[in-house]
Amino acid sequence: MSQSRRYFLKSSGLAMASFAAAPSFLVRAAMAQGTTPSKDRPILITIFQRGAADGVSVVPPFGDRNYAKARPQIAVAEPSRNGAETAIDLDGFFGFHPALSPLKPIYDEGRLAVVHAVGSPDSTRSHFDAQDYMEAGAPGNKSVPDGWLNRYLQGAKRTDATAFRAIAIDAKMPRTLMGSAPALALAKIQDFDVRGPNPKQGGTSELYAAFESMWRNSTFDAVKMLKNANPQRFQPENGARYPGGQFGQGLLQMSQLIKADIGLEVGFLDIGGWDTHANQPGQLNQRLREYGEGLSAFYRDLGDRMRNVVVLTMTEFGRSIRQNGSGGTDHGHASALFVMGGPVKGRKVYGKWPGLAPEQLHEGRDLALTTDFRDVFAEVLKKHLGAADTARVFPNWRPGQPLGIL
Amino acid sequence: MRDKTIRPIVLVLLLLLLVTATAVPAPQKSPEEQKITHVLNRVAFGARPGDAQRVHKMGIRAYIEEQLHPDRISDALADERVAALDSLTMGRSELFNEFPDRQQVIRQLGIRPNQKNNSNPSVSDQQNQAQTRAKVQQFMTENMLKRPQQLLQQLISNRIVRGVHSERQLQEVMTDFWFNHFNIFWDKGADRWLTTDFEMTVIRPRVFGKFQDLLLATAQSPAMLFYLDNHLSSTPEPAQQAGRKRPNANNNKRAAGINENYARELMELHTMGVDGGYTQKDVTEVARALTGWTIDQPRMNGSFVFRPQMHDRGEKTVLGHRIQANGGMQDGIRVIDILAHHPSTARFISTKLVRRFVSDDPPQSLVDRVAATYMKTDGDISEMLRTIFYSEEFMSSDSYGQKMKSPFEYVVSSIRALNGQTNGGQQVGRLIAQMGQPLYQYQAPTGFPDRAEFWMSDGALIARLNYAVALTSGRMPEVRVDTNGFKDAQAAALYIGSPDFQKR
Repeated sequence: MSQSRRYFLKSSGLAMASFAAAPSFLVRAAMAQGTTPSKDRPILITIFQRGAADGVSVVPPFGDRNYAKARPQIAVAEPSRNGAETAIDLDGFFGFHPALSPLKPIYDEGRLAVVHAVGSPDSTRSHFDAQDYMEAGAPGNKSVPDGWLNRYLQGAKRTDATAFRAIAIDAKMPRTLMGSAPALALAKIQDFDVRGPNPKQGGTSELYAAFESMWRNSTFDAVKMLKNANPQRFQPENGARYPGGQFGQGLLQMSQLIKADIGLEVGFLDIGGWDTHANQPGQLNQRLREYGEGLSAFYRDLGDRMRNVVVLTMTEFGRSIRQNGSGGTDHGHASALFVMGGPVKGRKVYGKWPGLAPEQLHEGRDLALTTDFRDVFAEVLKKHLGAADTARVFPNWRPGQPLGIL
Repeated sequence: MRDKTIRPIVLVLLLLLLVTATAVPAPQKSPEEQKITHVLNRVAFGARPGDAQRVHKMGIRAYIEEQLHPDRISDALADERVAALDSLTMGRSELFNEFPDRQQVIRQLGIRPNQKNNSNPSVSDQQNQAQTRAKVQQFMTENMLKRPQQLLQQLISNRIVRGVHSERQLQEVMTDFWFNHFNIFWDKGADRWLTTDFEMTVIRPRVFGKFQDLLLATAQSPAMLFYLDNHLSSTPEPAQQAGRKRPNANNNKRAAGINENYARELMELHTMGVDGGYTQKDVTEVARALTGWTIDQPRMNGSFVFRPQMHDRGEKTVLGHRIQANGGMQDGIRVIDILAHHPSTARFISTKLVRRFVSDDPPQSLVDRVAATYMKTDGDISEMLRTIFYSEEFMSSDSYGQKMKSPFEYVVSSIRALNGQTNGGQQVGRLIAQMGQPLYQYQAPTGFPDRAEFWMSDGALIARLNYAVALTSGRMPEVRVDTNGFKDAQAAALYIGSPDFQKR
């Protein structure tokens, strides 16, 4: 055995030498570099709040008298002129959580819309299943192998598509983007580069040419293209300040990729920490601060480029309306989501409010659902990205009333 | 795998033969050699040079039986390598004392917190902060205290060192499996101090025993009680006990009531599986039964305690079983017993084991047989493993190389393959995290998914290849490997970075 291993290893060394001359890697990368995608192409950035964000804390319905009743200690207080820790009034009935103050100006500009009582019609309270259903775009159906955003890409082929058409800022490929259409997942732009044995040597060593011959070419093309585009040269503009931490840095990188004009059309990011079973006010305050500051920085940073960018947020389900025994909430049903960007008809909370009286609650405990998340996603795909066939993206979906968010 | 362009290294080698006339054809591994490699890839974290010969000599079955009895294997050398990781053998209160929380030190030193003014910290604020830092630093040094972050680093180092060097390989594989099955998140509050105890005294001693013992130990572990909030769960009407202190003095302001976080994950993730046949009502009833299972002083020594005042004394019905009123702590024990004996649990645990050891898509026939073993042996983990290891499905050549290595498995197996040595220092753990597996820091209770597509993104692939190059070119100071069996370091890098080596 040791002998065969030895032989095999020697052979690989020779294989490398013979492949060193092969120019295909460089040629293909250069070709990929030649395409310059249009700056005016619409872009969609999707954000998954993993852990089930409490919709009635994010956008508290302070006008519903049952809200404070169900949550004697943890309800977001209704707006008042002198209290800082109270809801920020949106329309006299709904408000923003106080930590979302950075988003209020965007809402007022009419570039941010809320959809409330939205979610998946499936009643599961399992994080894993609910995330799976939402990312697959197929509630209740476990046999859909690809993600909804990937199915959109499959149905909207482009001849000038680059390796950067679909990107997740993530160490792993999210379910949303899994499927046969090419998509890229990377955690950090600066780490997405090959490093030769000698740190001073660039990544085009023959070693990596040999690796390329063993692995998929697309990955290496992307490395090359990203290196040439050098998105990291773009600094935040218009005074935008991204919050520290993964989410803020992810958004910054997304903005850099947009500015680098390398063909980004759909992006994915996630932000965790929403599973607030205990001490909810403190934890949510922290999460929403990072979340609001992040989205606001992204909006400011992109400035005029936001005219063709839409940000769509989502979470797998909402939380129980009544607070639990530990100042938190347990798994629930419907929640709230945001749609932000130039093409958005904002300054409005969309969706029918189901009410919070005990008999109005889903299974007697959770916010009832009045908008299927697919109605929102499909509208964004159709009106923003120009998707022709949303029925294929969302199998077995029965479209509801158009919302008119875009 | 989303992209079908992965070409086996074999192709490269064939092409090579066309251009190198001097090459001798590669001798094929015999079927027996292939089988031994397979066993070492699955039962252990891959072969070190010499392992295959040793297994060949003693026989595959004897090797597996040896691995199933770690007490019969001397592991002195690995023990020696982790001896400097002092936190691993400390009790809980020692951990809190020796690796104190920064805020606690500040309080202890009597430093008053500054008025918060984040928007415009004045110069004097900055001076104050610098002074506080210096005082804390001095206190820590004088008392030989360490930062809690060190606890995480020691846990990671221990896993890496034992993964590479332990002779009890299957025990390490199973520790990895069960920790991930009962996943907790190191960074959640008191779990920074409680995770060490969780791994060392809850998981490790029970990886081959009865599933129910492991389940009960996790249910009563302060780490799990804290992570999934059961320590806060109480009856809506706490018993009024005149003259007694309320259970959690600082919780007085809150309304009491159940917290169903643990109850749900106990059924969904630890036992029955999401489709195991429980309802929302069962979740609530299990949560009621487990009220009062809490932690005594979570941030001082943190031991399990049952508090009758927090317990819901009423009758409960769990999965059709009636649990009579006034059962006290026995209610929870009864729930664990019901869940451990449920056929859905047998099926769910079997599926996960077969996925780990055989294939991402576990063959149903084998899952059924492992589940039958579970039911027959009262959930004996060793017996379930035997059913897997001695099955046709496991030994079949169809299952060779079918599993993608996790980043941890990849790193550990690569160091082993190159006859390497490591102290599991910071850089190693950081690279594993860069490939997508931050050890002890997966936030959700599901644990890392055990499927290829989770690991092989473009970013992760580049991180793996960069690692292969760094490892073989001497750029990892905390790892020493031997590339003498290769033409040169680049040949070693190609071997470690090849698709074949990324699989097990």
